[in-house]
Amino acid sequence: MIQLIVFLPLIAAIVAGFSNKSFGTTLPKLLTTGALFVSCALSWPIFIGFMTGSETAYVAPVLLWMQSGTLSFDWALRVDALTAVMLVVITSVSALVHLYSWGYMEEDPDQPRFFAYLSLFTFAMLMLVTADNLVQMFFGWEGVGLASYLLIGFWYKKPSANAAAIKAFVVNRVGDLGFMLGIFGIFLVFGTVSIPEILEAAPGMAGSTIGFLGMRLDTMTILCLLLFVGAMGKSAQLGLHTWLPDAMEGPTPVSALIHAATMVTAGVFLVCRMSPMFEVAPYALAVVTAIGAATCIFAATIGTTQTDIKRVIAYSTCSQLGYMFFAAGIGAYGAAMFHLFTHAFFKALLFLGAGSVIHAMHHEQDMRFYGGLRKHIPVTFWGMMAGTLAITGVGIYWLGFGFAGFHSKDAILESAWAAGQQGYGAFWVGVLAALLTSFYSWRLMFLTFWGKPRWAQSEHIQHAMHDAHGHHGETHGHAVAHADNPPAQEDKGHTPHEDHAAAHEIGDGTGGYKPHESPPTILIPLILLSVGAVFAGFAFKDFFIEPLAGAEFWKGSLYFDAPLAVAMHEVPMWVKLSASIVMLIGLFGAWYAYIRKPETPANFTDTFRVLYGFVLNKWYFDELYHKLFVRPAFAFGRLFWKAGDEGTIDRFGPNGSAKLVGWTSRLSGRLQSGYVYSYAFVMLIGLTAAVTWAIAG
Amino acid sequence: MIGLNHYLVVSAILFTLGVLGIFANRKNLIVILMAIELILLAVNLNLVAFSAYLGDMVGQVFAMLVLTVAAGEAAIGLAILVIYFRGRGSIAVDDVNRMKG
Repeated sequence: MIQLIVFLPLIAAIVAGFSNKSFGTTLPKLLTTGALFVSCALSWPIFIGFMTGSETAYVAPVLLWMQSGTLSFDWALRVDALTAVMLVVITSVSALVHLYSWGYMEEDPDQPRFFAYLSLFTFAMLMLVTADNLVQMFFGWEGVGLASYLLIGFWYKKPSANAAAIKAFVVNRVGDLGFMLGIFGIFLVFGTVSIPEILEAAPGMAGSTIGFLGMRLDTMTILCLLLFVGAMGKSAQLGLHTWLPDAMEGPTPVSALIHAATMVTAGVFLVCRMSPMFEVAPYALAVVTAIGAATCIFAATIGTTQTDIKRVIAYSTCSQLGYMFFAAGIGAYGAAMFHLFTHAFFKALLFLGAGSVIHAMHHEQDMRFYGGLRKHIPVTFWGMMAGTLAITGVGIYWLGFGFAGFHSKDAILESAWAAGQQGYGAFWVGVLAALLTSFYSWRLMFLTFWGKPRWAQSEHIQHAMHDAHGHHGETHGHAVAHADNPPAQEDKGHTPHEDHAAAHEIGDGTGGYKPHESPPTILIPLILLSVGAVFAGFAFKDFFIEPLAGAEFWKGSLYFDAPLAVAMHEVPMWVKLSASIVMLIGLFGAWYAYIRKPETPANFTDTFRVLYGFVLNKWYFDELYHKLFVRPAFAFGRLFWKAGDEGTIDRFGPNGSAKLVGWTSRLSGRLQSGYVYSYAFVMLIGLTAAVTWAIAG
Repeated sequence: MIGLNHYLVVSAILFTLGVLGIFANRKNLIVILMAIELILLAVNLNLVAFSAYLGDMVGQVFAMLVLTVAAGEAAIGLAILVIYFRGRGSIAVDDVNRMKG
């Protein structure tokens, strides 16, 4: 069964990817989407099986892979509770994103390629989470990196998309180098790459040291840090995060699947998978906590200033990943996985909702050109609302019920407090980040769905309107055919021309454009994910974080700190309520700044120009990296190109010998003067020389 | 008493004059032909001198042969010269460079 789950997407990807034009677009789309829904349907029983306790961990061998000296590993699919969680997340979100893409990518000429990439990505991700050894995990790790590269650069005619794809690939290489070194180191120390064997041997290695560049370093710390560098790259943690916002150049379903729900959580998964190893490396855990907390607050500050709707959500993803990492860092791996699980639903929902808004607004992504969309696209609005309520962690403590993020974020913050000394810093950073999360999430909602329409100035909308003049009837009919609303409601008795003219007279900021609700293929995933965003936290919290049920559920597939899980419930009341309180403050702040007094943000940015510029420019990370790495790399490249290749190899190699031939031939050409006497002279010289030689010899 | 050495010195002088006549002369091709004759004559003188000195007739027979060949060569050379002059209108040495590569 697990084989089916993992390999169906691969088969679908291969068939869809290599199908030629004569297959059309529907067949590949049907095949890939169908395969994913089957995978999804097969995954849930496994997950539920682990929850009810009827399923136990097992390994399904697939193929022999490599046997070289003492190094030996096979393709094998490992199924345990941790894998089951990831299986459900990946296949569910992927299936819904496939379905969503039917609507979103409808007008794209390369749909089979897109769906093939999506399925390929899903396969690689499944290989990653079912890996039984680190090498297979690395295979999946690189596979998702490749799929991410292909999908970010899917619109390969856009130079910015290509640049973003390359950036994502290159930045990930840095992390991958760490991961690879980690694997090499682990093989060196443990003599195996099999995950269960490593985890079994890890506690025995505590305190041992390893010689590296003449220093004695703690073995476990160095190995864990190397693995964590890999995790940082994939999960866009501070320092290696720069690729994630740029990755928004890809189509929105890709952002939802890869850069929100699944791939970027691979780093968290890796840390959780290797958690028994991390547990014997306290210094490494402290680093994980620090980096996680730093990313959490750093990305949240940037999120408050971005105007591109997808970039706001991208920074929010970065920030939420920070939460997961510091949860792992303080030992609350269950809480980290829980947040991963809930985050997958509400963040995919937010992205898909944003995609639906973008679809409705003719690919306008700037929130400054939105406004008042609440009435135009109600289903999308309510979906986004559910996502926002979930990410900001809305819930009522005394009822024990809240949206998904309420349970998982509270669990993380409470664990941080309960972890004591090492967690206090992370706790305060987490609370502050929760405040900012609430602010930027509601800012997004208010800018997009409330207020007055502002899209008359948008170039995208103007283009759309311009096109519509030519074939008004067609465009309009198109919109009606896809909208859920009956035509009468859409038209409201106006002909499009009247509508247009009226809008011009009123000057209501719409420029005469009426956004239309997205087709059902887009709305159904939104609705299903909304259900997840509302209930995922409440329904599953016992299994992920409760001391007894948690230990029963995880069954040792990750290091479950039961005492911490108990202590989590015994934190002071104000700690438990802190997330909800800052959520309300953030909500109020956003409401005040964007609805009550819309001139506040402008005043604020005028007053704190330097701070605003600093945050708006993403703390100048890109500029810093440009100066620190890109420019020196270019200079280095130019040096090798100009001085090394052109100056040395070419100069003395091919070009040099060609020049030498030309030079000698010109020289000997000068001998061929054509004058008889010079020939005679040479002949004489030659004769004399020959005779001299004959006589002297 | 005029000995072998005197003959050889005269012969060497003649030979050198001939060679210089070929290289140093930039006037016309007839001078080159004459210089070649001079070289051949120098060689002939050598042959005859050695023949007399060694009392061997072969050298003188060979000198007769060289004279014959030289006469033929002069005839052919002059014929080519005449044809060349008709074609190019000049037999100045510096104008004869059609073999230039």
